[in-house]
Amino acid sequence: MDQRPLSPHLGVYKFTYTMSLSILHRITGVATSIAFVAFAWWLMALASGPEAYAAAMHCLSSPLAKLLLVGFTFSFVYHFCNGIRHLVWDTGRGLERAQARRSGLAVIVASLLLTALVVWLGCTALTVPVTP
Amino acid sequence: MSLRTPLGKVLGRGSAGEGTSHWWVQRVTAIALIPLTLWFAVSILGLPLNSYEAVSGWLGEPWVAVFTILLAITLAWHSWLGVQVVIEDYVHGKAAKTFLLLFSTFVHFAGAVAAVFAAMILAVS
Repeated sequence: MDQRPLSPHLGVYKFTYTMSLSILHRITGVATSIAFVAFAWWLMALASGPEAYAAAMHCLSSPLAKLLLVGFTFSFVYHFCNGIRHLVWDTGRGLERAQARRSGLAVIVASLLLTALVVWLGCTALTVPVTP
Repeated sequence: MSLRTPLGKVLGRGSAGEGTSHWWVQRVTAIALIPLTLWFAVSILGLPLNSYEAVSGWLGEPWVAVFTILLAITLAWHSWLGVQVVIEDYVHGKAAKTFLLLFSTFVHFAGAVAAVFAAMILAVS
């Protein structure tokens, strides 16, 4: 078993930024999985009634929670955009080196812009005065 | 001479004995998640999030409940498959790998059931 041939490891390849985009897809995927657990917790708080929901929203308003929410937003948006890139690749299109580099750059720009948009919309949605 | 049919030889190939179904289900759930997550994100960002009445009222609508449940199940399924691959690729100790795979499975099922249950409560209350 120990004598089986190994494929060349990452270290033998020249670094290109598309490599970091690839690992970032997995990292943001795992982060979005954690966000899913938070989403289930938030829904349960909402289903438990006004007091539980207010407590959950208070919990989400701490600086650390806000930082996490921005991180989750970027993770989701990046995984969403890069996921579409992967689905296009699955059809056999866009796999040429120049095309993959261009689509990678497009994914980065789109995710940063969309993260800013969602954070801005989220802040607006949180500051709407609540009429009793 | 083998008595197995050519179809029987290729069905369920791969070390897990499930052929390409893991890969395929990950793509199917990915495609379903594009409209589901877009719809949910756009809708939720248009609500006054600090208002319990506004948020619970929106989630209480029947079709919203249906699509929120679809979102929760599809998201949990896609996430479960993805985290499984990450654990299998990067965790090498047998005990740690088994523990993390079990942990991920339990958390994903618990998250999915909690989200579906909450959406149902909101729809009928």
